[in-house]
Amino acid sequence: MNRIDEKFKQLESEKRGGFIPFIVAGDPNLAATKNLILLLAESGASVIELGVPFSDPVADGVTIQAAAERALRNRIGVTDVLETVKEVRVEGCETPIILFSYFNPILQFGLEKFASAMKTVGADGVLITDLVPEEAEDFRRILAEKDLALIMLAAPTSSDERLKKICDKASGFVYAVSRAGVTGARNEMSNEAENLVKRLRTFTDLPIAVGFGISTAAQIEEVCKYADAAVVGSAIVKEIERSIELVDVIENVRKFVENLSPN
Amino acid sequence: MDFQPNALGYWGEFGGRFVPETLMSPIEELTGAYFAVRDDADFQTEFLNLLQDFSGRPTPLFYAKRLSEKLGGAKIYLKREDLSHTGSHKINNAVGQILLARRMGKKRIIAETGAGQHGVATATVCALFGLECVVYMGDEDMRRQALNVFRMRLLGAEVRGVGAGAKTLKDAINEALRDWVTNVDSTYYLLGSALGPHPYPLMVRDFQSVIGREARRQILEKENRLPDVLVACVGGGSNSIGLFHPFLVDEIVRMIGVEAGGKGNNLGEHAARFNKAGGGRIGVLQGTKSYLLQNDDGQIALTHSISAGLDYASVGPEHAFLQSIGRVEYAMATDDEALAAFQTLSETEGIIPALESSHGIAHAVKIAPEMSPDEIMIVNLSGRGDKDVNQVQEMIDGTPSS
Ligand SMILES: Cc1ncc(COP(=O)(O)O)c(C=O)c1O
Repeated sequence: MNRIDEKFKQLESEKRGGFIPFIVAGDPNLAATKNLILLLAESGASVIELGVPFSDPVADGVTIQAAAERALRNRIGVTDVLETVKEVRVEGCETPIILFSYFNPILQFGLEKFASAMKTVGADGVLITDLVPEEAEDFRRILAEKDLALIMLAAPTSSDERLKKICDKASGFVYAVSRAGVTGARNEMSNEAENLVKRLRTFTDLPIAVGFGISTAAQIEEVCKYADAAVVGSAIVKEIERSIELVDVIENVRKFVENLSPN
Repeated sequence: MDFQPNALGYWGEFGGRFVPETLMSPIEELTGAYFAVRDDADFQTEFLNLLQDFSGRPTPLFYAKRLSEKLGGAKIYLKREDLSHTGSHKINNAVGQILLARRMGKKRIIAETGAGQHGVATATVCALFGLECVVYMGDEDMRRQALNVFRMRLLGAEVRGVGAGAKTLKDAINEALRDWVTNVDSTYYLLGSALGPHPYPLMVRDFQSVIGREARRQILEKENRLPDVLVACVGGGSNSIGLFHPFLVDEIVRMIGVEAGGKGNNLGEHAARFNKAGGGRIGVLQGTKSYLLQNDDGQIALTHSISAGLDYASVGPEHAFLQSIGRVEYAMATDDEALAAFQTLSETEGIIPALESSHGIAHAVKIAPEMSPDEIMIVNLSGRGDKDVNQVQEMIDGTPSS
């Protein structure tokens, strides 16, 4: 059983909701990313989503676009992201880590080579924003051979037929997109998310995480009433951006995350 | 070979759908709606009538006598898309898609534009039918195609500048996709080239194929035989595929797509996706698998071309397929060659071509002299150059321009 499955089993037995923070690798630099991962793990992250920066992030709002730009200015690529995972594992971090990417950087790296490298460094799963189930079979098979998870996205606009296809390809957990739109913090959660999670439950026994727009502890609590975990992305990335000018990015983000983490 | 994509939108290994899941339902809805009208006689009649009465089709096939004589080789014909309403072939696709959007009951239309020709075409058909229109355009393109920005605004469209990346066509498409994913229910994305996720490359090609069908009929009327060579510039690939497609079955017809060679062969200096030495490799961008200009990490490269309409890092997937099977050849024309061709055509034929189309002319200038006077070449004159006159003046007068 891989780390993701184990973590969700544990959360279930403890009757707790999961907290899944997202950061972009290399934002503001790789050393900070490593420390941020360790900090997030310590602060109660159930799973950590590590973004691979991409030049054309069509699914992202301005906050994550800006983070990707900062990372790309440091010329961060897939190799650096994998290296960072390796380093935090060496430091003893055992929190599940999934890589969050657009398809092209992974395709150029090589799907087989990427899966092998993930296994070697200790990454647990991958989520590809622009890989829909119709295009996912090859990669799913390659990952499954190595017991690596392919986390699939489901959207409120997805038909039941599509939800079934998505769940058939998914492993680890299913990521339910809370609303139509790009990533970015919102003040209000849409009620579409709860409905989507309910529909997904009829197609899968996998855990379900909700993301897009979650930025406060209250929202996390709300989401965890019906879902298994809540993903917080842009809000944390924004906090990193705000802290860049400050002396201690890590300390600032620590305070922010401690207020978020439900546990 | 029938040159149709499979059910997932693939020509060979090229095409497909690589989009956020949120867009898959609207894309499936669009696909269903498009296939319903594709063989619908009423729709096709409505489309052709509007092209005739509103856009002025058929466009002439013009024998460029002085240019042919000057080059001393092939007999050159120009397919005069520059005479279309709004000044380029882009109106063909805009008319087709707006009729579809209306059938789908969509009230809000969004589009991206590079040179501004597709934006103008979209703003025009939105005005024609009283629909809300938002056009995304890179800041750099807004600068170099200022006239078209003003035209779109006159036509009642909202033009939204995009400041990301190189501030050109690719960045405008990103922003249009973000708008679509946010406003899926109300909005129709009227994509302007043979690009993007299935069914766009197929649909845009179908609507643009009116160019090749007319040209085929016209050349048979005038010369009583098929042409030897077709030449067209390739940005996203819509005017070229529109000319080429009806001739694909005619094996004796040679076809050449001309990409932007820019100002050099290094990554970032051109927009020639099939130029492997220049960084073109298979990859996935903006919904489709095709040739891309990218670095070793799979990050999309900046591109450069004198012409905004060719300044794009990817190319339509059907072109990638036609290149892979050797049916169509791809060549390059540099900024300087295109600029020279712009002037040559103006002087010899009294036709000021768009800078995009000038790349096709530039290639004709290169190869026509090697051909014999009884060989026939058709060059797609995809648009007129009015929009480019200011930019060209700056360049000829030596005023610095990026
Ligand atoms: C006149 C003209 N020709 C050609 C193009 C290139 O596009 P495509 O390759 O889709 O024909 C453009 C795009 O803006 C254009 O305006």
